[in-house]
Amino acid sequence: MLHPDHAAALLPLPAATFHILLAVAAGDRHGYAIIQDVAAHTNGDLKLSPGTLYRSIQRMLERGLIAETNERPVPEFDDERRRYYRITAFGAEVARAETRRLTQLVTMARDRGFAAGRA
Amino acid sequence: MRLYSFLLKLYPASFRVEYGDEMRAVWARRRRDASGPHSVALLWIATLFEVVSNAAAVHWEILRQDLRYTVRILAHSPGFALTAVLVLALGVGANTAAFSVTDFVLIRPLPFRDSDRLVDLWEKLPGYGTMELSPPNYVDWRQMSHSFASMGAYWHTAVNLIGMGEPEHLQASRVTAGLFPVLGVQPMIGHGFTAAEDREGAPGTLLLSYPLWQGLFAGDPEIAGKRVKLDDEAFEIIGVMPRDFHFPNRGAQLWIPMRFHEHEPDFRDRANNYLNVVARLKPGVSVAQARAEMVMIAGRLEKQYPDENRQTSAAVIPLRDELSQQSRLLLLALSGAALCVLLISCANLANLLMARGLARQKELAVRAAIGAGRERLVRQLITESLVLALLGGAIGLLVAAAAVPLLARLVPASLPIAQNPTIDLRVLFFAGAVSILTGLGFGVFPAIRACRRSDFSALREGARAGGGRKERLRSALVVAEVMASVVLLVSAGLLIKALLRIQGIDPGFRSRGVLTLETALPMPKYEKTASRAEFYGRVLSAVQALPGVSGASYISFLPMVMTGGIWPITVANGDEETRNSAHTASLRFVTPGFFATMGIPLDRGRDVSESDSIDAPSVAVVSESFARRYWPDQDPLGRHFKMAFSDRTVVGVVGNIHVRGLDRVSEPQVYLPYRQVKDGWLIGYGPKDLVIHSNMSPSALLPAVRQIVHAADPEQPISNVRTMADIVDDQTASRAAQIRVLGAFAVIAFLLAGIGIHGLLSFAVSRRTQEIGVRIALGARPGGIVGMIVRQGAWLAIAGAVPGMVLAYAAARAMQGLLAGIEPGDAITFACASGLCVVMTILGSLLPALRAVRIDPIQAIRTE
Repeated sequence: MLHPDHAAALLPLPAATFHILLAVAAGDRHGYAIIQDVAAHTNGDLKLSPGTLYRSIQRMLERGLIAETNERPVPEFDDERRRYYRITAFGAEVARAETRRLTQLVTMARDRGFAAGRA
Repeated sequence: MRLYSFLLKLYPASFRVEYGDEMRAVWARRRRDASGPHSVALLWIATLFEVVSNAAAVHWEILRQDLRYTVRILAHSPGFALTAVLVLALGVGANTAAFSVTDFVLIRPLPFRDSDRLVDLWEKLPGYGTMELSPPNYVDWRQMSHSFASMGAYWHTAVNLIGMGEPEHLQASRVTAGLFPVLGVQPMIGHGFTAAEDREGAPGTLLLSYPLWQGLFAGDPEIAGKRVKLDDEAFEIIGVMPRDFHFPNRGAQLWIPMRFHEHEPDFRDRANNYLNVVARLKPGVSVAQARAEMVMIAGRLEKQYPDENRQTSAAVIPLRDELSQQSRLLLLALSGAALCVLLISCANLANLLMARGLARQKELAVRAAIGAGRERLVRQLITESLVLALLGGAIGLLVAAAAVPLLARLVPASLPIAQNPTIDLRVLFFAGAVSILTGLGFGVFPAIRACRRSDFSALREGARAGGGRKERLRSALVVAEVMASVVLLVSAGLLIKALLRIQGIDPGFRSRGVLTLETALPMPKYEKTASRAEFYGRVLSAVQALPGVSGASYISFLPMVMTGGIWPITVANGDEETRNSAHTASLRFVTPGFFATMGIPLDRGRDVSESDSIDAPSVAVVSESFARRYWPDQDPLGRHFKMAFSDRTVVGVVGNIHVRGLDRVSEPQVYLPYRQVKDGWLIGYGPKDLVIHSNMSPSALLPAVRQIVHAADPEQPISNVRTMADIVDDQTASRAAQIRVLGAFAVIAFLLAGIGIHGLLSFAVSRRTQEIGVRIALGARPGGIVGMIVRQGAWLAIAGAVPGMVLAYAAARAMQGLLAGIEPGDAITFACASGLCVVMTILGSLLPALRAVRIDPIQAIRTE
């Protein structure tokens, strides 16, 4: 068994985890912003519920994929209550590993004649 | 929003504290985005599902973490884990076993449809309590009452089955065709009795019990329609009853329709009480209402038949309540004792865990320091105790499964249920519930206590753990253990004393070296007294001639086996005949030599003799108690009294015997010569029990006796072969079984309490190492140190023993019915229990005290 600190040990990532990683990779985000970001990038197909979001966040924090940040963005956008999350180096490594895994999968699918965009 | 906050409570507190505000904020935005009642409703539904599933997932994750951690922790201290699991297994096992029997006998519904609607009907007579119904009263009660949907009757009999290899003597019930429908039970094979089969002159039909079908008929599936001979009459087997059908009790082997002969004198006599009656209450009618109606009907019948039904009232008793007070008490005492053991187990474990909690203070403080909330720590500790509890429970279940057959003796034979309680889902559920409650009971408090102090102070090296309050609590637990063990010790002691007293009672007859067996003579065949006399003569003369046999005789019923057969007496000096217990005696017919065989002393006069024939004057041998009751200061020989249709002259007086049982009061006894009964009269009293006094072992004697009986009548079965000693021992068998269990409980409780004292004092000594070291350094003598520790133990013991004695006295009062006249405050028993307490205290304190004496003062002071 791989050590849990090893990126490959976490693959494949649950869909919600990967989406959250992608969302915070673009910049520090608070919870609701992550939900909106994920929804926007999936054309509204994936609407994270607060429970799923924070359950994932808790696990990602424990595994060191993301971290809470103390730096706040521009004050007028800030809301006292909010916590902001940022991707860690390990999180980025995991995201890259997952991307590699998915790319290989997609490449293999294409080779077998499953072209994207067609039914 | 408030509703959402409420839903968030489903999450573990640690998660809620961390993310609750955020989640509320996110949800508020969503709620704001949702427009129109439709989308709001959809949002709520989605939220509900989402919260429930996510909360469950979070709980599960925490549980998995905690379990993993628990396994690691317990693997680190296998000694602790093993002790805890074993202590728990004892507690849960004892309770599960006690519950399985108590539930089986007292709680669970009887195996009949809507069994809580079933009642027994009895005639009620002053002085007798309840009595069976006479057939005419049964017919009237059934016709006049409106409280019952249906009513059926039965009476117990025994038959000889002939033609299936060896003749067999079987227990049977004669039932009305309506009886099984009242119970709501159908045969498993074939059909039930019809009204046509339950009519005078109908051809004989019978239903087999499952065990008889399996045993004698090898489970033949084509059994219906087969023919057998019962007591010289042909019967057709029409079916087999289900496996769990034991009615009226588990001795029942087959059922025959009653086939009333309405014109027979036997049937028309209102004073001939032999019918047991079961009825099903109409929907909406309570037992009390039915009772009121039956009392009224009995009153009307009493007016109509003032002689036969004099003072005859009615009793309606739910079927479930037909259980002797003693059986109930035995089981309740057992359950109470099991509960004591469980409480002691819990107290012991709580103590153990608290001591462990102190030892783990640092570990907990470290976890708290790296961010674990108190709630998470408490939860972790509770998970640990629940894991222990469930492990203990699982082993406890095995303990119970092993113990239940030992308790089967406590299942009264009078109930329509099987002998052995089964460990089923109910019992599993009970064991699980007890385990979890136990786990919480001993786990929660120590967990909360341990975490209250889990701040950083514990991290400082040398920090001394535990304060005075904690020790007080631990002392209180030990005191409770001592208390419960004293209650158990005293109860067990009292019951053992009661058992010894009962076993010490002289039954009035010789029980050693007497073999008994039954040859129940079938009735039309042996209706004539002379034919019976011939059979007895052939058997007895041959048995008496066997080597080693010093006496053999026949009697109607053995003492303690048949406790009834009680008849009213009229004595010539003016007492009129009343159906009143003040003037009754047990009636038995005997062959000559019975008293010598049984070792019953003949005080005056003579034994019955072969010359006491039906043509000779009617004579009787009476017991000393009989003579004393009617002719206190006079010579009873030659006196007259009326009993069983004849005037009898007393020719002999013999010693009293305990007919009803060792610890019960028996009526005076009357013995009549076996020849002095008219043909066909009192046939139920025809002697059937053979008693043989010999110096040979029963197994050596039996084959010869079998041969003799076979030679006298090849169709005659032998049954109920027992020694008289077994019969007397049976009197105390259920008591002895209960005492064995209770005694085991008491010993366990005693040991646990001793271990509790030992544990607490060891802990106190290790905590006071410094102080004791200083004392020794200052010149305290070893005796003084030992005294100090033992004194602490003694205080614990006294604090537990004194209220324990008070409780024990209360418990003894509650079970006085079991004590056979032993005082609930029996001084010797209480003194023994206190003595044991002293021993326990000394043994429990000794090791810690010795450890205290060996403390090296230099070392002890230097550790700081």
